[in-house]
Amino acid sequence: MVNKTQIRIALRNCGLINPERIEEYISEKGYMALGKVLTEMSQEEAVNIIIDSGLRGRGGAGFPTGIKWDYARKSVSDQKYVVCNADEGDPGAFMDRSILEGDPHSVLEAMAICGYCIGADKGLVYIRAEYPLAIERLNIAITQAREFGLLGDDIMGSGFSFDIEIRYGAGAFVCGEETALIHSMEGERGEPSLKPPFPAESGYLGKPTNVNNVETLANIPVIYLKGADWFSGIGTEKSKGTKVFALAGKVNNVGLIEVPMGTTLREVIYEIGGGIREGKKFKAVQTGGPSGGCLTEKHLDTPIDYDNLIANGSMMGSGGMIVMDEDNCMVSIAKFYLDFTVEESCGKCAPCRIGNKRLNELLGRICEGKGTEADLDRLRNLGEVIKDTSLCGLGQSSPNPVLSTLDNFYDEYISHVRDKKCPSGVCKDLMEYFIIEENCVGCTACARACPVGAITGERKEPHLINPEICIMCGACMEKCKFDAVILK
Amino acid sequence: MSSVKIELRKDQIEKIHSFCDTFNNAHGELINVLHKTQGEFGYLPAEVQEVIADKIDMPVAKVYGVVTFYSFFTMTPKGQHPISICTGTACYVRGAENVLAEFKKQLDIEVGETSEDGKFSLSCLRCVGACGLAPVVQVGEKTYGRIAPDDVEEILKEYL
Repeated sequence: MVNKTQIRIALRNCGLINPERIEEYISEKGYMALGKVLTEMSQEEAVNIIIDSGLRGRGGAGFPTGIKWDYARKSVSDQKYVVCNADEGDPGAFMDRSILEGDPHSVLEAMAICGYCIGADKGLVYIRAEYPLAIERLNIAITQAREFGLLGDDIMGSGFSFDIEIRYGAGAFVCGEETALIHSMEGERGEPSLKPPFPAESGYLGKPTNVNNVETLANIPVIYLKGADWFSGIGTEKSKGTKVFALAGKVNNVGLIEVPMGTTLREVIYEIGGGIREGKKFKAVQTGGPSGGCLTEKHLDTPIDYDNLIANGSMMGSGGMIVMDEDNCMVSIAKFYLDFTVEESCGKCAPCRIGNKRLNELLGRICEGKGTEADLDRLRNLGEVIKDTSLCGLGQSSPNPVLSTLDNFYDEYISHVRDKKCPSGVCKDLMEYFIIEENCVGCTACARACPVGAITGERKEPHLINPEICIMCGACMEKCKFDAVILK
Repeated sequence: MSSVKIELRKDQIEKIHSFCDTFNNAHGELINVLHKTQGEFGYLPAEVQEVIADKIDMPVAKVYGVVTFYSFFTMTPKGQHPISICTGTACYVRGAENVLAEFKKQLDIEVGETSEDGKFSLSCLRCVGACGLAPVVQVGEKTYGRIAPDDVEEILKEYL
């Protein structure tokens, strides 16, 4: 997917170098940034470069990375830790996997730089067990870096020592939240805890810990090589650099893209993505995964950055971007995300544990045609309460898919509750099987296939489905060779 | 967790002990121990959890709490060929639900169950990071992309 609107910073080496050979990374100026930091800069100077670059966390919330490092640097302790958050749990996003598989050394180098900046000699990568290849490549990379003296004691004769270990996740979305991740690394249930204290003061084993996402780290070495000004020259006023998006769903070109902050959704979907598949009509684009929202036609020309997405009821999240067309029902999509949240809520705080379950039940009723207009108000009220009162980022953002679809696709909700119809033809309970008289030749295949005898009609005469008896199994539709049975 | 259903053999217990020793019997390494143990046994029944708890000197309730918290760990044995349907967003919008329904129909089992002959078990997972291939199905280590309900029968045939 080569396109002039793309700039590769985080993905600069992915697909171009052999990730299992450290020599190839080094030939692309690998570990030069580490050398520069270790030999030419004080901790404070090195941190200031990241602050000046304007880099913000790519994992979701968009907290300024340099400020985070500075907090950890200023914490006083005999032991500090650098943690790489590779628990990429957002369904539909796979940039972290690609970076770890395609350019693992960029992450290791960045962790070592961070270690120097904050005064840590130990790094941990917390990675999902679902990513076996990424784990393998990371292990190879760590071994090679140690052999080359780029990890371990007295790196490049600077007196600075740093080593990295891998910790495995075990399939819990909430572990992407940094306090939950830290608890999981300690062998506990991955439940978040109240902040403050922030990990920068008290994190892994109670020591100051700096947690950064994979993509954030992949940006670090280049910033030192090309300078903070170069990096802050790309992007918008408050969101600098580029963002990797995982473009998926109903677009012609799917895959990872990396564009400067401030690129519009239209450019991403139509120029890079090549438009909607099969010439269908664009309906919505979902950004930010289960924490984000659905944006619509009217947002297509909005420049993508952290603040614009939040202002429009969605969020950057880790960069999942799922395009939907006219065949997707937005109420079902909201329910899909709520199913996810309900399953992944850790259960520690009541608003998230109980509130999301109730939200999901309300959506379920609406999809079954049992919802009322009052339910729509309930959805909104409850959603806002959950946002305001949940303990961690998961609960605080979990109602976003519901609230944003209520905002942008209210008509569709109304169709479900008032007319008991699903305009996209997705909610099965709101549809009926129907035989088109003109197409039906009276072959009786459908009537014989029907397990409940809901179809009547004489041989060679058009048949009829009795919706009162029909159990919506779809057997008639499968059997019909004349496209006479439809769902509507 | 009191009713003992499985008699662990002595060598099995020793194996679990050796995993705990590898990680210095440290409480902080519990998840790593569980990964290793599940890799060996395929699942983590109550009896196995008791052995681990005993060895690393931790209440069984705590081990159980961790096992049940993470979706990667299971207390029921999986089939010989575990089938995982990706129900991440990209797969969902491209029709993973229909693929899942077809697997359920063909195997006559629900998600989380194992077929009677022990050959197949069915589970859903959230995103394997192969969204470009959506919808995605994994059978054991093998990944199948762009699956339609019509392909299900063919896939199952490979393992019969």
